[in-house]
Formats: sequence, structure tokens, C-alpha cells
Amino acid sequence: MNNILPIFKREFQNYFATPVAYVFLVVFLALTGVFTFYLGGFFERSQADLLPFFNYHPWLYLFLIPALSMRLWAEERKSGTIELLMTLPISTTEAVLGKFFAAWAFTGIALALTLPMWITVNYLGNPDNLVIFASYLGSFLMAGAFLAIGSCISAITSNQVIAFVIAVVICFLFILAGFPLVLDFFSSWAPQMMIDAISSLSFLTHFSSIAKGVIDMRDLVFFVSFMGCWLFANVILVDMKKAN
Amino acid sequence: MTMISVSNLRKQFDQFTVVDGISFSVKKGEVLGFLGPNGAGKSTTMKMITGFLAPTSGEVEVCGLNIDSDPLAIKKTIGYLPEGAPAYGDMTPLSFLHFIAEIRGYRGAEKAQKVDLAIKKANLESVIHKPIENLSKGFKRRVGLAQAILHDPPVLIMDEPTDGLDPNQKHEVRELIAEMAKDKAIIVSTHILEEVHAICTRAIIIAQGKLLFDGTPDELESRSRYHNSVVARFSTELSKDALDKVKALPGVAAVEKESLDGVEQYVVFAKPDKGIAEPLAQLIKDEAWPMDEYFVQKGHLDEVFRRITTESADVRRGALS
Repeated sequence: MNNILPIFKREFQNYFATPVAYVFLVVFLALTGVFTFYLGGFFERSQADLLPFFNYHPWLYLFLIPALSMRLWAEERKSGTIELLMTLPISTTEAVLGKFFAAWAFTGIALALTLPMWITVNYLGNPDNLVIFASYLGSFLMAGAFLAIGSCISAITSNQVIAFVIAVVICFLFILAGFPLVLDFFSSWAPQMMIDAISSLSFLTHFSSIAKGVIDMRDLVFFVSFMGCWLFANVILVDMKKAN
Repeated sequence: MTMISVSNLRKQFDQFTVVDGISFSVKKGEVLGFLGPNGAGKSTTMKMITGFLAPTSGEVEVCGLNIDSDPLAIKKTIGYLPEGAPAYGDMTPLSFLHFIAEIRGYRGAEKAQKVDLAIKKANLESVIHKPIENLSKGFKRRVGLAQAILHDPPVLIMDEPTDGLDPNQKHEVRELIAEMAKDKAIIVSTHILEEVHAICTRAIIIAQGKLLFDGTPDELESRSRYHNSVVARFSTELSKDALDKVKALPGVAAVEKESLDGVEQYVVFAKPDKGIAEPLAQLIKDEAWPMDEYFVQKGHLDEVFRRITTESADVRRGALS
């Protein structure tokens, strides 16, 4: 596992070597602002919390995270560098994890840059800082789950647009897994157990329970094991598809 | 000491057999040239030796290790330049080589020293701070080369290292390979036949996934119809009588008249393993034919190459029909 670090470093620096990082950060910050203050009615609610800020995170991530993750493997295959990477003395797992952690750390930076929002709300009133901390944690974990999906999808194609679109669709399904839009599709034929299983995969449910300030082990385990599954699939797909 | 040993290697994609039972080995100090038409399976074979592709069947051993059981250990011993020399375009050669050095396990001063040496060997000093995607084809190739030799690997595998280089750069790369050859096992694929003589101690010809020739470049040349043949130019045309005298010489297989850039010349073909240069020269001297030019040919590699690779295609077609 020693080689995760060099991969991580290269990938992470790569965001800042290209305009990707700056475009992403500016758009992310601008949109969180728009959602919080205009759509969320931050001031009109006159409540000292960040609920309007966090409520829109799943929807922001839905488009921004696949945009970040689409290049992770598709670009390597397109440019042929995957042959270079996979003939270096590293395991596929190390490569997958290094890339994933770099992208995740980058979304961490984007989140950290919204900290002025936290300071503002403390200046304006007396928020429950524990709830806000929990919300940040939940948001970060959810971003990781989106990224794991995106990274895995990126490994199945050398076309970044395809990787983006498919990742958006899958992320969308997981956001709404607990809602009628998705469940109705299954309810007519699938057994109740399966419907329960599907609805328990809903990002919104897990995220909003963390965002309420309840850091439940089950929600944390859900996000971490969710990432683990998708990254495991990612490793297998990279091995299978690298030569095509 | 055998460094690379490949036995009965096969690779199938769906129904299509790309590499069909190839076996060979490479010893330390050898430079093996991989020849073959495009799509012959050269790159696929290299990808299997470097562990990028898993063979359908067959064995690959590098430095006594098996690719199935010890892929990572093998990858440490190999320096590989993939086809087209892929590299991360938005990195600079310097940061790219530092990345490679870190993956190869070097840290601190040793890392800096390895990177410096690779830059020097590949002559990259002038471009180390420019993004790789902005470099010329020649420099990109050399970045790939620097990456492959950075850890001074005992086994070096290069897929068309001189493709797209200008003659000076080709010369530099060949010098570099010759310099490293004595303590490494090197495989180089190319479709430039002159390169075989310039850098290889042994050559292999692959066509349609099969190994058709394995020997020294000299042996390859001796398969040519032109091997030991003599080209002679005269200021007047030779009479039929004179030609008969030439044909009667021992060792002469045939005489043909060729026209090269408007100049008529005679090509005297030798029988296999016969030298005809001296008796022919003696004859010309004795007869006092007005000779302008006279030289012995070692053989035309492209002719041998064409014959070997197309013969197998003919055989296949014959088998199918």
C-alpha cells in the first residue's frame, strides 16, 4: 500500500496543474451561495443554522462530482497512459485508491472553503455547532460515495462524456432510492424485503439523518461500505477493461 | 544468463488469435529485435511480458520469476516504453520523472539523483519545465525513454523507440541502447529494418502471431537471394558470349540485368554459401571488360522480410482454400 501516496500526490497536484480545480471550486462556491441565500431563504428563515446550505448538497454533488470523477480512468484509457501506470510496480487497488483519495481530498478542500458560512452563522446567532459539524461530516461522506460511483463508471469507458452521463443517472437513482420515483418501479413485482433493501440505500435518508446532528454508526457504516463496494468493483473493472 | 523466457505464449481476443504459440528467450547482453508487419502481434507479446495483458495460455518468466505468481516483482525489474510513449500530458518531464521515481521506491537525494541521471541520458535538459503535451514527438519519445531507464532495470522492453524521430535523434537513441546493452537484456520492436543491424544482436520475425525466424541479423541477411551477390557496371554492354562466361563461373547462380536510375548494371547472384567476388573480379580483369563499378552485397533485409512474412500468409490462404 506504499504506492497510494505517489499516486495520490500526482492526481491531487494534477487538479491544480489544470484549470479544473479553479473552475470546480468557483462554481461550487457560487452555487452553494446561490442555493443557500436565494433558494434556501437563509435570511428569511431567521434561524441560526445551516440547513438551507446542506439541504442542497446532494443536488449539487449530483452534477459536480461526476464532472470531477469522469476523467479518473476514462482519460487514462483514452491517452494510453493506463499501459504505463499498470506496468509500473503498483497494484490495481493502490492505483484505484490513490486516485479516489485524491479526488475525495479535493472535494474536502471545496467543502472547507465554505467554512466562512459557518463563521457567518455563528456571528449572526447561536447555532448548534455540533449539528453543523455532523452535517459537514455527512456531506463529506456523501461526496465520497458519489465519487466512488463516478470512479467506477469512469473505468468502463474511454469516453468521458459517457462516464459523466451514466454516473449522473446512477447517482440520481441513489439519491432518490427511498422515494416513490424509484420504489414504484420495483413495488409492483419485487418482494417487500428487496424494496426495503433498496430504500435503505437512499443517500438522502442517510445524509439527512446525519445532518440532523445524529451521528449514527449505521449511517457512517453505510457510506463507508458503500464506497468500499464501488471501489472494489472499480478495481475489477480496471483489470478487465484496461486493454480494450 | 537467461533473463526473459517466453514459452508457447498465446493470446486470443474473442475468436481472433493475435499471438499464436510464440517461444523465445533473451540472455543478458542481448538486444533482441522484434520484427513483423503491423498487427503481427509484436506489441501484444510485449504487453504480456510486461504484465499489462494476461496471456490466454503459455508462460512468461522474467529474471526467474513467473508473471502469474509475481507480477509486481517482475514489474520492478522491467523498464518499459509502451507504443507511442504515453505520458501524462499536463505534467512537466521533471514532475513526471519524479512521480515515476517515487513509484519505483526512491526517496530524497537518491530520487533526485536518479531523475537527474535519466534526464541527462535522454537529453531532456532543455525541456524539463515545459508541459509534456507541448513537446515535439521526439522529446515525448525521449521522456518515455527516460521513464523506462530511470531505475536502471536489468530488463528493458521498448515498443518502437525510434518511431517518429529524426535521423539525429534515432542515432542518439541507438547509441543509448548500445551503451546499455552489455549488462541488460533488451527487447526492441521496430519496423525499420536497418535498425536491426545497427542495434540488435538477434532478430525475431513475427507475422500473424507466429514466430517465423529467430537468429542473428547476419543469418537473416544470408537468407536473401542477394546474399554474396555482386553488382557490376560497365561502360559498354556485355555480349551474350561474355555473359555465358560469367554464368559458367563456379558458384554463380544467375545473372540479371537491372536498370537503376537509368544506369544499366548486372547483378550476379551467388549460390548459397559461395563467394563469387574474387573469381568474377579475376574474370573481368582477364577479359579486360571496361568496368566502372563493382561491389558485393550482403543481402537485402527488406526482401527477406517480405518473403518470410508473405510466405506464411500464402501458406495460410492455401490452407483455407
